[in-house]
Amino acid sequence: MTSAPPSTAMMADAIVIGGGLHGCSTALHLARRGLSVRVLEKDHVGRHASGVNAGGVRRLGRDLAEVPLSVASAQMWHDIENLVDDDCGFVASSQIKLAASMDDLEQLGARAGQVRALGFEHEEIIDRQTLLDLLPAVSPDCVGGMIVRGDGSANPYRTVQAFRRKGENLGVVFHQESGVQKITRKGGIWQVQTGAGTFQAQNLVNCAGAWGGRVAAMLGDSAPVQARAPMLMITARMAPFIDCVVGAHGRPLSFKQFANGTVLIGGGYEGRAEADTNLTHLDYAGLAASAATATRFFPIMKTARVVRSWAGIEGFMPDNIPVIGPGRAAGVFHGFGFSAHGFQLGPIGGKILSDLVIDGQTDLPIDAFSIDRFRGP
Amino acid sequence: MAAARIAAQHGADTLVLDEQPGPGGQIYRAIETPANRQRPELGKSYAQGFDLAQGLRESGARYVAQASVWQVSADRQVGYCVEGAAHLVSGRQIILAGGAQERPMPVPGWTLPGVMTAGAAQIMLKDSGLSIRDAVFVGTGPLLYLIVHQYLSAGIPVKAVIDLTPAGNYIRAIPHLPGALHAASRLFDGWRWQRQIARCRDTEYVRGVSDIRICGDTDVTAIEYLKGGKWGRIDCQNILLHQGVVPNLNMPVAAGCDTVWNDGQACWNIAVDDWFRSSVAGIYVAGDGAGIGGSIAAENQGAIAAIGALERLGRINPQTRERLVQPFRKTLRREMAARPFLETLFRPPENTRIPQDDSTIVCRCEEITAGDIRELVRMGHTRPNQIKSYSRCGMGPCQGRFCGLTLTEMLADLTKTPVAEVGYYRLRAPVKPLSLAELAGLDQTGEGPE
Repeated sequence: MTSAPPSTAMMADAIVIGGGLHGCSTALHLARRGLSVRVLEKDHVGRHASGVNAGGVRRLGRDLAEVPLSVASAQMWHDIENLVDDDCGFVASSQIKLAASMDDLEQLGARAGQVRALGFEHEEIIDRQTLLDLLPAVSPDCVGGMIVRGDGSANPYRTVQAFRRKGENLGVVFHQESGVQKITRKGGIWQVQTGAGTFQAQNLVNCAGAWGGRVAAMLGDSAPVQARAPMLMITARMAPFIDCVVGAHGRPLSFKQFANGTVLIGGGYEGRAEADTNLTHLDYAGLAASAATATRFFPIMKTARVVRSWAGIEGFMPDNIPVIGPGRAAGVFHGFGFSAHGFQLGPIGGKILSDLVIDGQTDLPIDAFSIDRFRGP
Repeated sequence: MAAARIAAQHGADTLVLDEQPGPGGQIYRAIETPANRQRPELGKSYAQGFDLAQGLRESGARYVAQASVWQVSADRQVGYCVEGAAHLVSGRQIILAGGAQERPMPVPGWTLPGVMTAGAAQIMLKDSGLSIRDAVFVGTGPLLYLIVHQYLSAGIPVKAVIDLTPAGNYIRAIPHLPGALHAASRLFDGWRWQRQIARCRDTEYVRGVSDIRICGDTDVTAIEYLKGGKWGRIDCQNILLHQGVVPNLNMPVAAGCDTVWNDGQACWNIAVDDWFRSSVAGIYVAGDGAGIGGSIAAENQGAIAAIGALERLGRINPQTRERLVQPFRKTLRREMAARPFLETLFRPPENTRIPQDDSTIVCRCEEITAGDIRELVRMGHTRPNQIKSYSRCGMGPCQGRFCGLTLTEMLADLTKTPVAEVGYYRLRAPVKPLSLAELAGLDQTGEGPE
């Protein structure tokens, strides 16, 4: 592990605040282009949402503003081993969204049309028979769905660690247990004070996730990030019965079986997050509702044994799309608030931020993600 | 049993959720089975549990058997399953008396079919009178000798006993002997059990053993032991391991109770005050589940916790509380005075707590070896939760019960960090598996089963 001892003047070209996937990815992309980078992480790398999420690698059903980014990121996922020397457990098993009624299916059809109108063809509507062929265990009352072939899932903790390791190989220095206390600017250089010393850099990238709003405030920007705690649960091993990652239109469901046979159930039911203490509390009524949704769509799950449930702290924006882009002050860039769907965007998110730092621009459309959208009138 | 009886006697609306089919816990398991009271080999102290069970039955506490508690939350909601239905109930004061589990014993071959814990063998003996003939008992600690004694007294042949108590422990324990003298009769019992083993002509008693390994490809075929610098071998099909008991942490830790490392016992305890209150308001942890003290201590701790809870509930005033608690405190003090002697004498050797061989399995659910852990530490993962996230160590159905302690001690050893700093797994509900259908049908009325 690269972990520098504290000293008084630790200088870098760029400091990334937050050792989640987007922070690690940003650091990696900056280092690839020759910058010296330090990552400041208040806990340990991948401790929060990045390490404990459901691992969905999904273009399916994205907010329209995110579609171009997500498509670009998907290309990087399919070549992930070249980027980080690790396959990250990525399996392109397809993602499916179920339609429980003809109404659902019609809405999905309209949605796929909107995406096609933007010039993207990845979302495909399938009928009941195709669905049953793909998912023999699905409740037979489902009438069809939407599929994105080539989407899938990866192992989140392993992914973050792979990005970190590759970054370290390229010279990135990670400082864990180094929460940011204060940020000032002296002679055009940012001074970032942490419990482990003060760090200096010309560029600051805020990838602090649920804590991104606090860091933004230290930099003179404002963003109403809410720390929330999506819950997940996992069952004991079962005989393999499903390959795809499955969601349901209009209902909180995210469902997949791992190669080891365990089944992960999530989809949006939330516990309670305490951003100050890192604690999350589970909500049992929510878990019961989540169990009911899973058994409703997959009756085979009724006898499955739940062995573990948990929640991670994730930053949500009021409009459920992230903040990506420059801040008000010179040399400040933000990438946080991915609202529980930032995992797939990790590879491209870091690329965009590194391009912004170095070139001052990016090829991808990011206007919708500007932090200015939260500025008062 | 002790806590519920006192709580109910003083008018508190008391609910007892017991995982077992009847009162008794582990020590007094199946105590209400009439046949067990006629079995002298289970011993005099076992029979004492009958009064406790009767006290509970007559107290007016509502007793629910075979209730699998799958969660206790910091806001004092308790989730449990009975006969396939899940219920949620909240309590103003909650006393967790989850007891102890056997300390994992990660020696080469410990996961082979044919290897069990001595405690499991005792459960079979108490529950159903089943025994394992010609087994080799291996390890250290009073319970090991007790179970061998119970076996031999019942006429069940024991092939061998391999005693891993380090010779140095006897010398280190001597200064603690005075505190243990009040318990002379029980020390004498222990000595009597050992003598019985030594005198049994058909049982080989091997003492002064410094290392062991279990042999076999698919099943146990033999055990090898290192004594006086030479390896010996005993062919056998069944091995019963035991190296003491440690608190069963999962429920209190998942509830958010703070832990504290107990170096004397080489295990985690739950941090509790004089009234056995944990760090979570309204949640008490009494008995071996907080720290190992044995059955008499557990009974008195349960009583003290209940008396404290009664005062909190306004059922008794502080003066009554102090008056009621005195005799229990006195017995508990005497009982705990014997612990340093026992803990020192029966402290298991380091090499059977921290696996030395890279191929030895640490996490049996996910088949993570000691070599895997060492590699992860080299990669920079030095805390239990990092290892867990990366390797799935501790993520299986047992939720770390069989690997948590081993992993903590290994990480402390490898990184030269105090165990207290290394910490333990973050644990989560369900602490006992429940089915998705049970969870989906969760009864949140608080009324519980009919």
